[in-house]
Amino acid sequence: MNWVGRRLPRTEDPPLLRGEGRYVADIAIGAKVVRFLRSPVASGRIATLRPPALPPGTVFASGADLAGVKPIRPALRRFDYKAVEQPVLPLDRVHFVGQPIALVAAESAELAEDLVEQIELEIEAEDPAVGLEAALAPGAPQVHAVAPGNVILEGAIRPEGFAAAMGAAAHVVEFAFRSHRVNATPLEGRGGCAEYDRATGRVRLAASCQMPHMLRSGICDLLGLPEADLQVIAPDVGGGFGQKMALFPEYPALVWLARAYRGRFAWIEDRNENLTASAHSRDQKHVLRAGFDAEGRILALEADILADVGAFSCYPVTSGVEPLMALAEYPGPYRLPAYAVRARGVLTHTCPMAPYRGVSRPVITFGIERLMDRAAAATGLDPVEIRRRNLHAEFPAKSPTGFVLDAASYIEALDEAARHLDIPGFRTAQAAARREGRHLGLGIAVFNERTGYGTPAFAARSMEIVPGYEVVDIAMTPTGEVEARIGSSPHGQGLRTTLAQIIADRLGVEPAAIRIIHGDTDRTPYGWGTFASRSLVIGGGACQVAADKLAAKLKRAASRLLQCGEEQVTLRDGEAVSGTGASVALKEVARIAHQRSELVSDSVGFNLAESGSYDPPGTFSNACHACIVEVEAATGAVRILRYLVVEDAGRIINPMIADGQVRGGIAQGIANALLEEIVYAPDGNCLSGTLADYIPPTCAEIPAIEIHHLETISPATLTGAKGLGEGGTIGAPAAVCNAISDALSSFGVDVTEFPATPPRVRALIRGAMIRGKA
Amino acid sequence: MTKREVRFTVNGEARAVLVEPRRTLGDTLREDCGLTGTHLGCEHGVCGACTVMVDGQPVRSCLMFGVQAEGAEIRTVEGLAAADGTLNPLQRAFWENHGLQCGYCTPGFLMLATWLLERGEPFGEEEMRHVLSSNLCRCTGYQGILDSVRQAARELGQWTESAPG
Repeated sequence: MNWVGRRLPRTEDPPLLRGEGRYVADIAIGAKVVRFLRSPVASGRIATLRPPALPPGTVFASGADLAGVKPIRPALRRFDYKAVEQPVLPLDRVHFVGQPIALVAAESAELAEDLVEQIELEIEAEDPAVGLEAALAPGAPQVHAVAPGNVILEGAIRPEGFAAAMGAAAHVVEFAFRSHRVNATPLEGRGGCAEYDRATGRVRLAASCQMPHMLRSGICDLLGLPEADLQVIAPDVGGGFGQKMALFPEYPALVWLARAYRGRFAWIEDRNENLTASAHSRDQKHVLRAGFDAEGRILALEADILADVGAFSCYPVTSGVEPLMALAEYPGPYRLPAYAVRARGVLTHTCPMAPYRGVSRPVITFGIERLMDRAAAATGLDPVEIRRRNLHAEFPAKSPTGFVLDAASYIEALDEAARHLDIPGFRTAQAAARREGRHLGLGIAVFNERTGYGTPAFAARSMEIVPGYEVVDIAMTPTGEVEARIGSSPHGQGLRTTLAQIIADRLGVEPAAIRIIHGDTDRTPYGWGTFASRSLVIGGGACQVAADKLAAKLKRAASRLLQCGEEQVTLRDGEAVSGTGASVALKEVARIAHQRSELVSDSVGFNLAESGSYDPPGTFSNACHACIVEVEAATGAVRILRYLVVEDAGRIINPMIADGQVRGGIAQGIANALLEEIVYAPDGNCLSGTLADYIPPTCAEIPAIEIHHLETISPATLTGAKGLGEGGTIGAPAAVCNAISDALSSFGVDVTEFPATPPRVRALIRGAMIRGKA
Repeated sequence: MTKREVRFTVNGEARAVLVEPRRTLGDTLREDCGLTGTHLGCEHGVCGACTVMVDGQPVRSCLMFGVQAEGAEIRTVEGLAAADGTLNPLQRAFWENHGLQCGYCTPGFLMLATWLLERGEPFGEEEMRHVLSSNLCRCTGYQGILDSVRQAARELGQWTESAPG
């Protein structure tokens, strides 16, 4: 029976559908409720901080109480990175609106919130640096003394001969564009519940997080705790999308409280805290200049990248994650002979940046795909043709920044998308609509997505903490079920189902006999959690290695019982079968291995446990997104008429789950293109504090998405699978905005700022009309 | 602050709880009735994760105080499956159509769709989208949710291919 490749319903679902999931807020019931006092100003000195009158059983704590706790100090081993420190609770200064200053714990949320309001706080406000332009202006307020000019990181590449390569161009295309700030907005916000166990002196922290082992390491470093004295659990987690990777100051504060007061303390953030004080992303400005030859082949690309990283650096990936990813991955799936780039991370007095699904790739894909359309116009080529001329067609290929691109289907995906679109038919419809005063547009985005990358890739980023590998401990119980303990930490991705499918095929058992154990530092091997489209590739590869080792052990034990050579034993349908057809149930093998070990122990030892690890170099999935929109010229409103994607993520383990990842990512990408924006006032106040101001899409805004699969089996991964968790968010902003630009082509304007909200689109049209009249 | 007693039924079971007047129905169900299947996503009435049925109508339980539920018949996600855990047709449709990923918004969508399926007027694509656009999901891109509700409506004889004008 082949389980890989089947649309197996998820084992995760039935309890969630019955309302029987256990999220942090469910675990936290009955704990003391913690609420934080947060800074109302962007920059300033704390002049007065006095606790309210505290009723019995309540706690107040501020930076003075946490004096022994080290600041969060993420670091890169790069001379051009400035390591800034974030105090868990500050002693003297605040750096952004929403920064936690003090906390109160009480029996109820009502009482805790009342007491927070009674804290006496005076801050001597100072001028903040808000926004890229303000932070880089001469004489700008300095966010941290350690980073003069507010540049926390600067990376650059400029190969010899670059100017000559650019100089040979027949066409030079140059433009600047702006990606505005967004919030990942998992529907469950952050939260934690820390409980001190008086019997053992340990603390158990349940937290809505993506990297439980990393969170434990981070907290223990700050508090000076042995890791063995802290258990971190990621229970059911209501979405993360990268935001829940970071070590936020609230978590060490909870563990500190649990230890200091030998009790149980919980903080469940509200939506306002999540929107304004968790983490933001994608606040970037790029300037691109590219040279093309007369046939539309790109000769040289120069990129200047600015990323607003907010007031602090995020642990463990640091605020280098956005600018450095943009720097390294700009060329994407294209053959690019010469590439020069400068990328800077810029500190501002705003909420810190953290990874969000896709990280910088939605932004660079917008850039390079807008570039391709502009170059198509400049060279008189069709947008499909210019892409086809520039995409990699031979593999393995090497990128200008040294990546090895494994086998992929860049051109095939583009052609497949073009075929489904019927572009000539669309152009006819577009022309007819224009005669009626309607503006239709078609946009394409081609990209690759670096996924499943292990330790070497992270080490190359010079991270002080280098993630990458995964370890899986696997064992068969005496009653014959398989337990696989994984370091990955799924939160909606369905890994309990897909990893079981992989293991089931290796052991010849049903997925129902397999339990995937995750999200608990006491019960799983050290690992890196779930992010960066890595878990199915790396965790799945480690599952395969571990399962193969267990299979070998089962065959050895069975060969004793079947009295044949172990090479003659195959595992299928829950049995071990010899060459002659004699068989023994694996449940029986398992029972004997544990409880009648004298029969087999000389060949397999005393249990059926193995460990597998995997640390791949990385693989690139790819896709082509295509979108047809209608723009209402009078209002600037955009309606998506059709959205299709041709996706190649190598071997698909579960097509239903793969499609779910694609669709969910595209919905977030469409939101990024059209709707969502975190807005700051010039004084540093965040204006997007509710879901009425920050507007994720509903099912009224997200169209049906057509998905077509190609399956280029990856030679670079054990399972042949490539990651695909982020691709939807990566392609959609470019595809949607290119479609808007195509719709606006008769006005002679295009989209260089997103989200392309109705006011922005309307401003483009109005500007064109005014210029037309002048 | 003074607490007040409030009596209502949840999933057919009579309850009497003592709550502060400012406590929302959502918190009352979760904290005072132990029914944590109802999730709070925004607590300001936008996301719909906390949707429950009160006297036959879908209600955002974060926008109603517990004390306002005096005498009400409340239904929550915990009341949908059979006592032995067997999923009802709507829950089963969500399972079969990948109508959920992280599961956090799911109880709200289930209760909203339950109202749609039980109100006794067949509905079509446009009305389904209109009603379900009340709630937010951050994982699925909605297609799995729409597919699920459509399948359940067909199975329960509540689907019409063209929505009534």
